[in-house]
Amino acid sequence: MLKTNLYLSDNIFKKDIEVKFMRDGFGQGLLLAGEKDDRIVVLSADLKESTKANYFADKFPNRFIEVGVAEQALVTIASGFANYGKIPFVTSYAIFSPGRNWEQIRTTIGIDAYPVKIIGAQSGLNIGHYGVTHQGLEDIATMRVIPGMNVVAPSDYEEAKKATLEMAKIDEPFYMRLPRIDSPVYTTEKTPFKIGKANILTESKKPEATIIACGLMVYRALQAAKELEKNGIESIVVNMHTIKPLDDEIVIRQAKLTGAVVTIEEHQLMGGMGSAVSEVLSKNYPVPMEMLGVQNKFGQSGKPKELFEEYGLTKEDIVKAVKKVITRKNN
Amino acid sequence: MKHKLEDLEKIATEVRRDVIKMILHAGAGHPAGSLGMVDVFVALYYEILNHDSKKPDWETRDRLILSCGHICPARYAVMSHAGYFDHKHLFKLGEFKSILQGHPDKRFLPSVETTSGPLGCGLAQASGIALAARMDGKRFRTIVITSDGEHDEGNHWEAVAFAAKNNLSNLTMIVDRNNIQIDGYTEEVMPLEPLADKYKAYNWSVIEIDGHNFEEIVSAVNKARAIYENPTVIIARTIPGKGVDFMENVPSWHAKAPSDDQAKLALKELRTLQGKIKEYGE
Repeated sequence: MLKTNLYLSDNIFKKDIEVKFMRDGFGQGLLLAGEKDDRIVVLSADLKESTKANYFADKFPNRFIEVGVAEQALVTIASGFANYGKIPFVTSYAIFSPGRNWEQIRTTIGIDAYPVKIIGAQSGLNIGHYGVTHQGLEDIATMRVIPGMNVVAPSDYEEAKKATLEMAKIDEPFYMRLPRIDSPVYTTEKTPFKIGKANILTESKKPEATIIACGLMVYRALQAAKELEKNGIESIVVNMHTIKPLDDEIVIRQAKLTGAVVTIEEHQLMGGMGSAVSEVLSKNYPVPMEMLGVQNKFGQSGKPKELFEEYGLTKEDIVKAVKKVITRKNN
Repeated sequence: MKHKLEDLEKIATEVRRDVIKMILHAGAGHPAGSLGMVDVFVALYYEILNHDSKKPDWETRDRLILSCGHICPARYAVMSHAGYFDHKHLFKLGEFKSILQGHPDKRFLPSVETTSGPLGCGLAQASGIALAARMDGKRFRTIVITSDGEHDEGNHWEAVAFAAKNNLSNLTMIVDRNNIQIDGYTEEVMPLEPLADKYKAYNWSVIEIDGHNFEEIVSAVNKARAIYENPTVIIARTIPGKGVDFMENVPSWHAKAPSDDQAKLALKELRTLQGKIKEYGE
């Protein structure tokens, strides 16, 4: 079922698969990027340990800028740095940046397409304990509507690291969201990664549906596909790590190949990755689609597992959605 | 001073006439703030800034950031006089594909340095530029113009704290203290006073000047250059609508274009320096 040319982890479905923080992948990637390019500066809004910007701060104190709890200043100061010719990474939580400073991002970063990299750590329901006020579930939607803004949601530690290194090299604005919790490292250093190029993770002779996922939901989609396979239903899992620019080609090709699509994301359904997929398909090759995400609701405190169950983002929810979409296709 | 006072005054009067004509032609704009800041822009481009209109992307040029982008007609008109682009562009203000967009748009005119209009961002952007320049040992100055009304924005005060924390002595802010904003007088809409004391409390150096006196404007910026401890704010007292009697100090002229007759009257006042000079045949 798994594609063999992607160098995925040998332990991918084993209990002892290594788990790591995507935030750490970002922090380590940023450190490497900073070593390669001295134009990189990092701005923090009083959250450097949690966003893992501290690795960079410790190594390059002169290129680390602390702005305090001031997310509007965070991005507008970064705009000035980029205006001068630096490559700023701005780090906070998704709910605050880009949550609180959207217009400043649009005006002072978006319009002139400055290469500012906005990092929204602690996005999604998974932040658990801290509750609704800290669960960024709207960030994909609000960022992808800004013309020219790239939007990335990596799916494990290695990918977060690669995404960081890649975006540092591209002279355009980026938004990257990262979850709080650790997650299985199902890819390896050798797994290919290119911004804008989705990774098809599985293969099958007679796939009946395509599951497109991003972020923490990718590994979950793989588990669901394995479960479905046991029940005789073959599916293809796509890691849509770049939500903008969306890999239209793969979306259309998969729709043609399987005739049914399920999307899953840890984000509001409206305006998210699934919406982006449906925009492409409705125009090019409409097929039955099921979309999993948070359905016009606010979150709450709880363990990540409890929250994923409450808001319909479990492996079982994916299995159910795949069966449903196949039934719709065949009727 | 590089120029005679009377020459600067003459340029300022021509610029004010351009501003009225531009806003009349466009049918929209912010005449009061634009007229009020003409003298500051003339002083900047003719006396203060280290710049070259023929090499607007020259790396070590001084950076002039206009945070309150709505008064761009004044900046555009002065830039045109200073040789940045042909005078005829002025009368395409806010037109489709014009290099002079209704608010400054760097994509159409890179020499405006930043795309601006939404208030409260300019000081933060200027602080980023100034800190980046200091990191690289660059000697240019960053000058940012803010309006008094935009001091209502939280983003601005975040940047005030940031610039002070980093002792950005290569950064100078000129506040257009004209006491009006869209909904009325600043002290009624949202009181700013004691403004100088607020900046002092944030560890800024403060200089207060008459924003229509060229010598004071130039000398204040020179003083700011010599202050190495902290950033400097120059609070420039200006008269909104300066040069046109019926616009001066009237909040309703903040964001409204004159009618044909009003524009004619305004141009006459500027031509005659508000009646101080007799017109031919009068």
